[in-house]
Amino acid sequence: MSAMLRLFAHDLKLQLRLGSDLIAPVAFFVLATLLVPLGVGPEPNLLTRLAPGMIWVTALLATLLALDRLFQRDFEDGTLDLLALAPLPLEAIVLAKVAAHWVTTGLPLLIAAPVLGLMLRLDHGSYVTLEVSLLLGTPVLSMVGAFGAAVTLGARRGGALLALLVLPLYVPILIFATSAIGAAGEGLSPRPHLLLLASFFVAGLVLVPFAAAAALRNALE
Amino acid sequence: MTGLVGIRLSCRRSERVVFTRLDFSIESGGALLLSGPNGSGKSSLLRLIAGLIKPFTGHLEYEGTRLQDDPARHREIIAYLGHQDAVKSMLTVGESTRFWAGLYDHPSDAHAAMAAMGLSDLADTPGRFLSSGQRRRAALARVIAGGTPVWLLDEPTVGLDAKSIAALESALAAHRMRGGIVLAATHAPIALPGAAELNLAEFEPQGFLDDADAA
Repeated sequence: MSAMLRLFAHDLKLQLRLGSDLIAPVAFFVLATLLVPLGVGPEPNLLTRLAPGMIWVTALLATLLALDRLFQRDFEDGTLDLLALAPLPLEAIVLAKVAAHWVTTGLPLLIAAPVLGLMLRLDHGSYVTLEVSLLLGTPVLSMVGAFGAAVTLGARRGGALLALLVLPLYVPILIFATSAIGAAGEGLSPRPHLLLLASFFVAGLVLVPFAAAAALRNALE
Repeated sequence: MTGLVGIRLSCRRSERVVFTRLDFSIESGGALLLSGPNGSGKSSLLRLIAGLIKPFTGHLEYEGTRLQDDPARHREIIAYLGHQDAVKSMLTVGESTRFWAGLYDHPSDAHAAMAAMGLSDLADTPGRFLSSGQRRRAALARVIAGGTPVWLLDEPTVGLDAKSIAALESALAAHRMRGGIVLAATHAPIALPGAAELNLAEFEPQGFLDDADAA
C-alpha cells in the first residue's frame, strides 16, 4: 500500500511539473464548450437544452486528449520495464497511475464545469447533479482510457486507434450522465442514473487494473 | 541449491528462436558475464531472467524456489538495468533515486547509492541537465539503491568514463561480498574477478525445436 502511495505521489509530482499537461485538457474543455453558444446562437432555451450534453461530450474529448501520456512516456524511457519489475503488482501500478491521471485531468474538469454551466444557462436545479455525475463519471473515463492506452501501447498511430477503441466504451457513461442531469433539470430524481454511473465506477475499479495490467505485460514482452 | 539457476531455457521472440537449451547456475556472491555477437540474445536472456519475457521452455530457480510459481518473490530479488536509463527530465537525481529506493522499501539507501556512483554533488540536478554518462550513473545508483540480491546489467558501462567504471567495479565487488549475484552483458572490459562466462553463440538453435524441448 505504501509503495502504491509513493507511486501515486511520484506520478502526481511529475505531471504537476509539466504544467502544459495539466492545463491542456481543461483549456480544451472550456474553449470547446464556449464555442457552442457562438455556433448555435445565444438563445437561452436552446442552450439550456444543449448544456448537459455539450459539457459531457467535451469532457469525454478532453479526457481522451490526455490519455496517451498515461503509459506512453514511461514506456518510451524504460520506466515501465522497471515498474513492471518493482515489488508491487502491475495491477496496483495501474491503479496508482490512473488515480494520479484523474487528479490532473478529471478533477480540473469538475472545478471548471459549474462555470461552463453558468455560461450555457444550465438549469439551476442541475448543478449538484452535474457535479455528482462528473465525480462518478470522470474516474470511469480515466479507467476505461487506461485500458485503451495499455492495449494500444507500442502500436504505430496509437492515438487514432485509442480514440476508436475508447470512445464507443464511453457511450454508456455519456448517456447515463446526461440523463441524470436532464432528469434533475425537469424536477425528476436523478438517482437511478447516478446509481448506474456508480455501478460503472465500481465495475471499472475491479476490472480495469487486471485488464490493463495484462495488456501492459503483453506490450513489454 | 543456493544462488540463481536457469534450467533448459529457450527464448522465442515472435517467430524467431533466439537461444535454446541454455543452462546456467550462479552461486551467491558469484557473477556471470554474458558474451556473444550482436543479436545472439544477451539482452533477451537478461529480460527473461528479469521476468519481462516468459521463457518458451525451461525455468528459473532462486534459492530453491521456482520463480515462475512465485512472481512476488521474483520481483523482490531482481534489479534490472536495460538499454534505457529511465531518468525523468523533470526530476532531480536525488528525487528519482529516493523514489526507487522507496518502492523497494529501502528509502535510506538512496544517499549511499548516489555516493557510490559519485552522484552526491548532482543530487539536486534535474535529469534534463545530465550528460549521457551521468544518466547511466543515475540508473546504476537506482540499481544499487533497490537493495535486491540479483543485478541484471545490460551494457552497464555505456557512456561511463574510467573513473565511473572503477566506481561501478567497486560497487559490484561490494554487492558480491554481501552475497549478491551479478549478471552482466557487456562488450567493454570490466573487472569481475572470478566471473564465469557464458557465450550465447553456443546456444543458437540448430534447426527446429523438437518436442523434447517443449516437455
